[in-house]
This record gives sequence, C-alpha cells and structure tokens, in this order.
Amino acid sequence: MKRQLSHFHGGVHPADHKSESSGRAIAIAPIPPQLIVPVRQHMGEPARPCVQPGDRVLKGQIIAHAEGYVSVAVHAPTSGTVTAIEDRPVAHPSGLNDTSIVIEPDGQDLWTTRTPTDWRNMPPSSLRNILRDMGIAGLGGAVFPTWIKLNPGRREKIPLLLLNGGECEPWITCDDLLMRERADGILQGAAIMQYLLGADEIIVGIEDNKPEAIAAMQTAASKCRHPVDVVGIPTLYPSGGAKQLIKVITGREVPSGGRSTDVGVATFNVGTAFAVHRAINHGEPMISRVVTVTGNVAVPQNHEVLLGTPMQELVRLAGDTAEPVSGYIMGGPMMGFDIPDISAPVVKATNCVLVKSVSLFPPPPPAQECIRCTRCADACPAELQPQELYWFSRSQHFDKAVAYSLFDCIECGCCSHVCPSHIPLVHYYRYAKSEISATRQAEKAANHARERHESRLARLERDEQERAARLAQRSGAKTSGDDARQSAIQAAMERARANQAESTE
Amino acid sequence: MQSSPYVLGRTHLPIIMLKVLLALVPAIVVDVWLFGPAILVSLALASAGALTFEAIALALRGRSVVGGLMDGSALVTAWLLALSIPSIAPWWLTLVGVFFAIVVAKHLYGGLGNNIFNPAMVGYAVLIVSFPVPMTHWAAPLSLAGQSLDLHDAILWIFGNHLPDNQTLDAISSATPLDTLRTQLKLHHTVEAIRTMPGFGHFGGTGSEYVALAYLAGGLYLLADRIITWQIPLALIGSLAAMSAIFWLIDPSAWASPMFHLAAGGTMLGAFFIATDPVTAATTPRGKLLYGACIGLLIWLIREFGAYPDGVAFGVLLMNIAVPLIDSWTQPPPYGHKGTPA
Repeated sequence: MKRQLSHFHGGVHPADHKSESSGRAIAIAPIPPQLIVPVRQHMGEPARPCVQPGDRVLKGQIIAHAEGYVSVAVHAPTSGTVTAIEDRPVAHPSGLNDTSIVIEPDGQDLWTTRTPTDWRNMPPSSLRNILRDMGIAGLGGAVFPTWIKLNPGRREKIPLLLLNGGECEPWITCDDLLMRERADGILQGAAIMQYLLGADEIIVGIEDNKPEAIAAMQTAASKCRHPVDVVGIPTLYPSGGAKQLIKVITGREVPSGGRSTDVGVATFNVGTAFAVHRAINHGEPMISRVVTVTGNVAVPQNHEVLLGTPMQELVRLAGDTAEPVSGYIMGGPMMGFDIPDISAPVVKATNCVLVKSVSLFPPPPPAQECIRCTRCADACPAELQPQELYWFSRSQHFDKAVAYSLFDCIECGCCSHVCPSHIPLVHYYRYAKSEISATRQAEKAANHARERHESRLARLERDEQERAARLAQRSGAKTSGDDARQSAIQAAMERARANQAESTE
Repeated sequence: MQSSPYVLGRTHLPIIMLKVLLALVPAIVVDVWLFGPAILVSLALASAGALTFEAIALALRGRSVVGGLMDGSALVTAWLLALSIPSIAPWWLTLVGVFFAIVVAKHLYGGLGNNIFNPAMVGYAVLIVSFPVPMTHWAAPLSLAGQSLDLHDAILWIFGNHLPDNQTLDAISSATPLDTLRTQLKLHHTVEAIRTMPGFGHFGGTGSEYVALAYLAGGLYLLADRIITWQIPLALIGSLAAMSAIFWLIDPSAWASPMFHLAAGGTMLGAFFIATDPVTAATTPRGKLLYGACIGLLIWLIREFGAYPDGVAFGVLLMNIAVPLIDSWTQPPPYGHKGTPA
C-alpha cells in the first residue's frame, strides 16, 4: 500500500553533494592522543563531573552525572587517565570555551562492565532512567535528552513513532550510511522506543535521493516482528526538519509553540534509535557517533568517531587537497556554523565536519537592497513573510517581528539561499531573536528585583505596624480600654492590606 | 565571520532586471515596425538620463555608484517611462519625467527597495499633469500617417523641435484610441460608429493592439521564468475585463468592450510590467490579488469617468498608497498557526 504523502510549503533544491562521501563505508576513527569531553553536549543542564584529575577511567564509565531534569550523563569514550577538568574551546557559534573533562587514553580501550537490559520486562520509567544514565541525546542536531522525549507524560501514549532519515542538508551522509550499514540496529532501537511511547505505528521517512538506505531499511523492516513502514519522501530541503517531515508524512502541522506530541507524533533521528539499541541491548552508552568529514578534503568519508576527538584529527585523516582550506563548518552548509578553532572536539551534535575552500564555498557577494520580490516567502517552509521580518529586524521593530511570528522561524536558510539581493536574512533573524530574548531576560530580572524590593518594603511596613499595634495594645490595656486599641489595630491592618495590594499589582 | 547558509542560489538582482528589459524587447520591436524608430531615440534618451540621475543621486547619498548602476533598476524605470509616454515627446519632457522618477520618487524615499510609489508612474503623472499637450501627441501608425519620420528626422524633432519641410506635427502624430473614444462619446457618437474611425484596429488601436500583444507575450515569458507571479496581472486584467463587460453588455453603444479595454492604452504594459514592480506592490498572495483587482477597477473608472484618457498610472499610484494596509490585512497564517483563529 502506498502511503498518501502531503507536502510542506516552500523548500529549496541546493546541490546535494552527497556522492562525495556516500560511496565509502563507515571507517572507525583511531583513538586520538587526547580526548576532550565537554560536560554540556546536550540541550539543558550540563552534566556534573564525578571524576578528578588523575583518576583512571574505563571505556563507558560515567564521568559526569545528569544534573537536574533536562540533562543526560557523559561517559569516558575510552580507557585512560583524566588529566584535567578545565575550560576548552568547543564547537559552538558563540566561540566561547566550556568545561571539559580531558582524558589521556591508555590505548587499551578497556570497557567497563556492560549490562544488556531486558527491556520488555522493565517498567518504562526505569528504562528511561537507564537511557538518561547512558547519555542518550538526539543525534539529529538538537541533542535534546531522549529519555524525556520518550515519556508520553499525561498522554496515555504517542500513536506514531516517526524515525527521521531525511538528512536533507547537502554534503552530510552520516545517517545515509548508518541506515545502509546498521538498519537492523536502528529498528531494534525503534522497538524499544515504541514500547516506551506506546506507539501503534512506526514510520521511517527517508528522502528519495538515498535509494540504498531505503532498500536497506525496507529489508530490515521485513524481518521485524512489529510492522515498520519505510517511506521514501521527495527530496526537498528542509524535509528533514521535524515539523516538515511530520507535515509530509501525516499532513498535520505542529501547532506554533507546541510539540510534535500535540499531533500525536514523536520524532527521532535514526542515529538516536541506533544509540538506544546499543545502550539497552548491549549496555553501551553514547560514547561515539558517525561523523561525515567532507568538502575540501582528499578522502571524503564517514567515520565512527569517539566523542571528544578533536576535529583536526578527523580533518587530518581525510587528507588535504591542492586547494587551500578557507574554513571549517560544523553541520551542513544550510544550517551549520563556522568553527574558528578546529581543536574543538566532536560532540553528540557533530554530524558533519565540512572543510571549506573558496571554490566550493565562495564568499557571498555584497548584499543589495531588498526589492520585496517575495522569493523568500515562496521558499519559507514555516510560511512566514521573510521580507517583512527582515524589515522589522533591521529597523529594530522587534515587537512587530514577534507579531509576524519571528519565533516560528526554524533558521533553515531557504530565504537567504534564494534571495536575489544576497541579503543574509537568517543572520538578521538570529540577531532579532537574541535581542528579544535578552530584553525578555532583563525584564524578568527587573521584575524579580522589583518584587523583592516591594515585598521587603511591605515586610518592613508590616513589622512597624505590628510593633505599633503591640504598643497600642499594651498602652490600651493599661489605660482607656478597648476602643482606642481596636482602632489602632484596625488602622494598622488596613495599612498592611493596602501595602499588600500595591506590591502584588 | 559568515553565518549559514553558506550556499546561495543562482538568482541575482541584475539578472532579474535584465530579464524584465528582455521581456520588453518584443513590444519595442513591434513599436518600431508599426510606428517608426522614434521610440529607440526616446528609450536611449531616457536610459542615459536615468543612469546619469541615478549616478548623481547615489554619489550624493554616499552609496556605491557602480554597485547601484549595476543593479539595473534605473534602466527598467527608464524604459517603462519611455514606453508610457509618446515616443516623439521632446527631449526635455522625457528628462523631466526621468528626473522625477529616479531622483524624487526613488532616491528621496531612500533608494531602491524603499520607495513607496512606482518611480516610472510618478514620472508619468508629473508629466501628464504638468504638460498635458505634448503628452497627447503620440506617433501616428505608419499605416495611417501620410508621412513618417526616419531615425534622423526623429532625432532632429526630439532634440531640435525641427521637422522636415514637407511635414507637420499633425501629420506625424495622432491622439490615442482611448482619447478619441472619450472625446467622441462626449459628442454623443455610438461606440460602434467611433470604432470605424481611423486609428481603430481589429480589437484595439491601429498598431497599438499588436504592441499590446507583444507586451502580453513578454509578460507570459516573465511568468514562465518566475520573474513575476500570476496574481497581480490576472487580477488586474480580470477586474478590468469584468467591469467593462458588465457595462458593455448593458449598453454596447455607450461603453467600450472588455476586449478594447484590454488591448488599448497601457493595460498590458501595466498589468505585466508596472503593477508587478515588487518594491511598490503588495507582497502576500491574497494581497496581490486584491491589489491587482483594485488597479483594474481604478483603470476602468478613470477611463470611463475620470479626467484622463488612461488610468494605469493613477490606478497604480493610488494602490501603492494602500499597499502597507493590504499587506497587513492579508498576512497568511504561518505553519502551525492554522488551527487557531488569528
């Protein structure tokens, strides 16, 4: 039965450059001389280190515990010695350093005890806690803790488990190769996810420019006990965006500000499903991932890389070309970002290291004026009016930008890609979003300070009144009697009430 | 540091402008063939004037002169203005129009992308209000004119106000069919009778009906190449045709037919090249429909009841004023906003 597919608005067809790296099998990258493992590799609270410099660690041992709710653990990618816990350069658009646990490998690669979990006979909450302690976070890019997404919460169940094999970014092929080579593992992970979500249905969505991956997944699906529908979807960037994939597969739109679970869908990257499989069925935490190393390199290829491996090691493995390197991108060319310091380590979010050259990625021509041609609006998968958002962001009319749904922008880059005036539109939206967030933070802090100040005033006033009331009571008891005392108390209480009302305004 | 996306598409602003110019070429060729080469002189004059004014304005505003000239927008404005006014207009008339288009309508409002009003139509409006007489002297179709100007004569006339000895202005020029229709209807002639007069062709004006077809062809090319979208031309042509059809069906002797309205005057040039100027037009899909439909309606009202024979320029300019309102009224709901009422 052929599934009736829907389509999302807009989208673009950038040159896909997949064949450069997709022709080679996944290689195992060697253990580097030093591993730099940041404690913040996932969205949410950073993990709390639980080792000291000098400690010996085994491969897969927890080196930082999940801290707070939105968090996951971090593990030693190989056996060795912790040499430092310090701020190191990390791959982040801010270019700031972050706390990292530095490990010197001993070369023995000795595992800690690995315990497979009999998940079918385990309560879902315990299973989720195992995933948290196994460090599983979404590998599609957002690195949100997977154990939280696998909790149906107040809902009885999430009817549809949607595995995202879209991989619509040009150049990147790590999910493609993972599906080709490890389809069975992905679907075994999906079975665990299905159990946790209570999902009725599993669908895998894969862009139809990956026929080998679709075939491999279909073969694996035919061997599954639970039905899995592997669906080829038309190649159109950004069909791998969760909201766009949900639209294509189900025809439903995730409400603005809502979650995919609001339309009965839980979406996970195929790599995340594979990581769940390794964690539960083999007791192996998330200590490595597949990374595409491509672009201006001699041998573009996917590598299975230990987390914490400096990116420069990968670039060295891939080898130079005759053309000079003009920079490095983490992620794809549509949504990735520049890495100023290539000594930054591979983390859970690193799907691709893209080496730039001037001929592959020519510097953009100078921006010209916006002529409101609305090619951007035609291309926008969020169905926004980018030309209006640009106008408002540039003129700092941030309230108007918010009213025109700036925060529904997924920063996919389609608008900038099609702009005939080469205006870096997404750059303006990022700027506006960060300005608005900063203002909101400041407002929140100011409100907080004001509330504290007012409640302190109210408290002082109340203390004063109570003292006055006590005095009145004492003198009233001695002399004139009840009337004066009552009125003094009354007056004090009214003042207190008035103050209360004012401070809660 | 550059931020994503790192790969850009292949559409460039100057290419868009170039394609608009290219789409005008068929109409220019037909115009030369049926009306003589004067239009080439006025196009060249308007282009030179526009580029000069553009360069001066850019320099005075401290902008990159080369970059501004290279975007091609000044040439598009120049050509649209030259094609909207009589080809045998004197040189100063064209230059005054170009000055108001480029300097006043465009650069005084902040340059390309920031102007509220369509520059070419501002230039046209200034000319028709200030110099109504030369604006009615259109080149007569070669098939009707006893005499005609060759390129040399046209240059002498436009720049020197000098005609060859055996020629007169009356002989080489004529009123437009829209103008004739308007004057004759006031004299209580029927449309049928007027349409048999010289200057009226098979479905529009003699000669000009084929120029209109050439504009249509150019417009269809722009649509096919996705330089323009369908909403504005379709809504404009549709509303003009609908309004004229209603009244023509009621009394064909007093009202011009929809076919005539579409083929005459600046309808086709306006629908595909002028109303579709993205800077000054509505931007949302529904907004474009409303914008185009209102221009079509205004064209019909001005032609039938207004003080001017044609209404394209004033229709466009009036609707330019309404664009911010139309855009804010017709914002389409973004992804994820459709379930909830706006």
